[in-house]
Amino acid sequence: MLLGSATSVAPDTSERMRGFLSFAQRRRAWLAALFLILFPLVAPFKALAAMILIYGLYALGFNILFGYLGLLSFGHSALFGTGAYFCGIAITHFGLPWWAALALGVLGGVLAAAAIGALAIRTLGIYFAMVTLALSQCLYYLFYEATDWTGGENGLTGVNVKTINLFGFHLDFVNPIVHYYVIAAFVIVALFALSRILASPFGAVIEGVRESEARARASGIDVARVRFVTFVVSGAFCGLAGALLALHLSIVPIETMHYDTSGLAVMMCLLGGMGTFFGPFIGAAIFLLLENLVSLYTVHWQLIVGAAFIACVLFFPRGVWGTILQRSRT
Amino acid sequence: MADLTLQLLGLQLFTGIALGALYVLLAIGLSLIFGMLTVVNFAHGAFYMLGAYVGLWLLMHGVNFWTALILVPLAIGALGLLVERTLIRPLYGRGLDYPLLLTFGLSYMIVELVRVFFGNTGYPVDTPDVLQGAVDIGVGYFPLYRLFVIAATVVVLVGLWLFLERTSFGLIVRAGARDPEIVRILGVNIARVWLIVFGIGTGLAGLAGLLAAPLQGVIPEMGGPILAESFVVTVVGGMGSLLGAVVAGLLVGVVVSMTSLFAPEMSRVAIFALMAIVLLLRPQGFFGRAGLMS
Amino acid sequence: MKNNGLTRRQAVVATGAALASPFLFNIARAEAATIKVGFPVPLTGPYGAEAQDQVRAAQVAIAEFNETGGLKGRRAELLVRDDKLNPGEAATRALELIESDKVDFIVGSLSASVQLAVNNVTKVRKVLYNSISQSDAINEAKEFSRYTFHEALNPHMTGGAVGRYAFSKYGKRVVFLSADYAYGHEMVRGFQAVGKAMGIETLADIRHPLGATDFSALLPRIQALKPDVLVISNFGRDQQIVLKQATDFGLKKSMKIVAPILLYTARIAAGAKAFEGVVGGTSYYWGLEKTIPSARAFNDRFRKMYNGRLPSDYGSLAYAGVKTFLMAARQVGTTDPEAVIPAMEALKYDYYKGPEYYRKCDHQAVQSVLIIESKNAPPGDPDVFNILAIDQLSEADLRSCQELGFH
Repeated sequence: MLLGSATSVAPDTSERMRGFLSFAQRRRAWLAALFLILFPLVAPFKALAAMILIYGLYALGFNILFGYLGLLSFGHSALFGTGAYFCGIAITHFGLPWWAALALGVLGGVLAAAAIGALAIRTLGIYFAMVTLALSQCLYYLFYEATDWTGGENGLTGVNVKTINLFGFHLDFVNPIVHYYVIAAFVIVALFALSRILASPFGAVIEGVRESEARARASGIDVARVRFVTFVVSGAFCGLAGALLALHLSIVPIETMHYDTSGLAVMMCLLGGMGTFFGPFIGAAIFLLLENLVSLYTVHWQLIVGAAFIACVLFFPRGVWGTILQRSRT
Repeated sequence: MADLTLQLLGLQLFTGIALGALYVLLAIGLSLIFGMLTVVNFAHGAFYMLGAYVGLWLLMHGVNFWTALILVPLAIGALGLLVERTLIRPLYGRGLDYPLLLTFGLSYMIVELVRVFFGNTGYPVDTPDVLQGAVDIGVGYFPLYRLFVIAATVVVLVGLWLFLERTSFGLIVRAGARDPEIVRILGVNIARVWLIVFGIGTGLAGLAGLLAAPLQGVIPEMGGPILAESFVVTVVGGMGSLLGAVVAGLLVGVVVSMTSLFAPEMSRVAIFALMAIVLLLRPQGFFGRAGLMS
Repeated sequence: MKNNGLTRRQAVVATGAALASPFLFNIARAEAATIKVGFPVPLTGPYGAEAQDQVRAAQVAIAEFNETGGLKGRRAELLVRDDKLNPGEAATRALELIESDKVDFIVGSLSASVQLAVNNVTKVRKVLYNSISQSDAINEAKEFSRYTFHEALNPHMTGGAVGRYAFSKYGKRVVFLSADYAYGHEMVRGFQAVGKAMGIETLADIRHPLGATDFSALLPRIQALKPDVLVISNFGRDQQIVLKQATDFGLKKSMKIVAPILLYTARIAAGAKAFEGVVGGTSYYWGLEKTIPSARAFNDRFRKMYNGRLPSDYGSLAYAGVKTFLMAARQVGTTDPEAVIPAMEALKYDYYKGPEYYRKCDHQAVQSVLIIESKNAPPGDPDVFNILAIDQLSEADLRSCQELGFH
């Protein structure tokens, strides 16, 4: 928004815009980091800002599979949720420090992705969406039944981290601003990691498989393996997002595993722009801010969200950020 | 378990078949739509729910149950036609994911619209007077209405079978499910076929919703879980296979019913475990053709 | 609905002012003169009707407090938030209420998981919270927060009271059918606790998945067991469906169906048939006004504010939950939690249903359980229950402080 008004006076608007966007592409992780640092100043309240970060990261993890590889999963809530539960269980049951719990959360996402991936990769296309949905439901019920570990329907309570000890500093994690920046720090690290992965040879392979499976196969790429590994990488990001959610809310609700949460990733990713670096975050921000705003005036906010989503599918399949990118290129 | 008799198993079997009948109606619609249009209809559960609500609305306005049984599938089918024509058709050729995403968004809107007009709370629906009570089916007393659900499903299946086997339109549908390209080359207006198939599929979902209403009452969220379960049925039966939808629907119903007898809390997991096993042993499902999905 | 929209918008205006700019903190400071009561309830979702009744009843408490002079002239205000029946959303809303709105108290919730989520947030941030839905977990030392009070009954109390009545009246051969989650398990435990002492025989203890839509797979087996009493421990829509299907299968002919909680709004919505003859418990039924003066006064006030409407059970809990905080604050002349907590612990009150007080160790409200039976009232008649008995509980009927893990 701000950028638009700054450049609107100049006659060579599109030129500058293009220049900015190519700069944004090269320095994408730095730009995102800067934005996340400034974000709390404009967000309605810190807890919502943190939620946007966490869901943005979750949608980002989903985007690796959907946007970059072209596989539509409706089971990502299982990766997100397992990450959250592993982190929560590490703290509540084993009294592990926060950093170990976060690491376990990532591991949880990876394991869930490997389990679901191994089965679901056997099918492709739209089948894949249905199978991932069904398998994630299966995990949902398993976590639901394991009451001793997960708290079942009550959710896992008591994931309380009051201070974050880092290099001798004791950060007050209950303080909303500190709380936000601790979460933001991890999200920023994840952003840099993703940027590196996409720029690596493996990133090129992923895009190659999406563009043409046959060509990728012909050039000796094990497509099934690429799919599986991408699913697992996606799981690592979603697992981290889940672990941060557990720390942020200090509970893990069973709803985290529910298929509605999978749908959320799909919505956020598509709203923001699939296959783009910033898209998932923009999508998460639009979705949650819209929900926060609209739900104050009407309980029927889903109607507006649903309509916006359908409009995106029909008219802006590249999402908000993707459309901006496209417009500036033509 | 001392109380476990043959009688009980028999009753449980019938209960499972009645439950499976609803799965069959939903899965056939899903499978038909997928087979022809290669569209996974994520709004199928929403159409099912809408069928129940439209039925409720008709019943509240003095329409009798039997008339509603005709009107509801027609109304939901007509809505399906409208949706296919205006929303889904522009997306053909844009990639398989787009119609899926669209129907996903649509389900959000349908559910919320129902909440706007009917509220959040849901309503009970009375069983029609003549179908109340239970009858002796040899192994014990079984609710009449559930027998009726089984019978109604059989009637619909026979009708659908005759339609597909004995009419020229049915021939096109069957051919189209095998190979849409060939059908198009032969000069058939495939767009019209797709439109009608989508209408039939949603109409069946609406009918299933109406049949389910006296069993469970109606609530805006009722389409969610059953959508996931119907997906399992279509995956197990084989995407695009009508016979597969029938067999797998009944199988899933019976599996749920039997697990309910021995370990009720596992009955939900059982559905998905069944699917995982089938996927491992036969990824294309019982009657699906291998390679269709790759 | 309309009513509620109004209150929500009012809440928005206040929030909007507070949010207008981070630099307007001095204005926010000036607004601290009002006592802010945060009120997260599930306005959307299947219990929306119940939640709206909670809002109505809470507004009664606010209005009464303001009319009687507030706290040294400080008026109270209700900030309603939608928790969407989702613990994650509830935690976020609670954080919003604490961080941005700087509320003095939080009252609310309509599910165990939501109240535990809010409790987790308020506990760490030392904010007073009154929970108004049933849960056993919230009483346990593991979850205990000295800033949290529990105005609602809990499953142990409810199940115990209904069990005491039902097993002595209808027989000792019992089948349990319950939703497979904490609420269901806790209820069964409550029934079993009194059942053991009364020597009941448990023929089967069947769990069904939460949100089940078809119980028909379970009913033939229950019928075959021929129990005296069938105890159905589930909630809301699950309860409505299972009662309907049990009626269809003809179970009522051969056994007495008992449910720990019969909801007024659910019974009104479902009609007479499925519920007819079912015995259960409740924290409040408006018919109590025939014998209890405070119930009469509360009902009258509620009728006056809402065109003759009658308060529901869970709605009334919101009234008491808000009112206890406001009254305790008035007593000590401040909303400072450290001063309000001892006042709450010392409170002996009769606001709407007879005498109550909060037990010291777990802050559980010790109160009565009403045993009610659903009757065949014509549609539109609000008198849907008969009160069979009023079980005035004592601390001996609660789980003991040691049992809960307090030392």
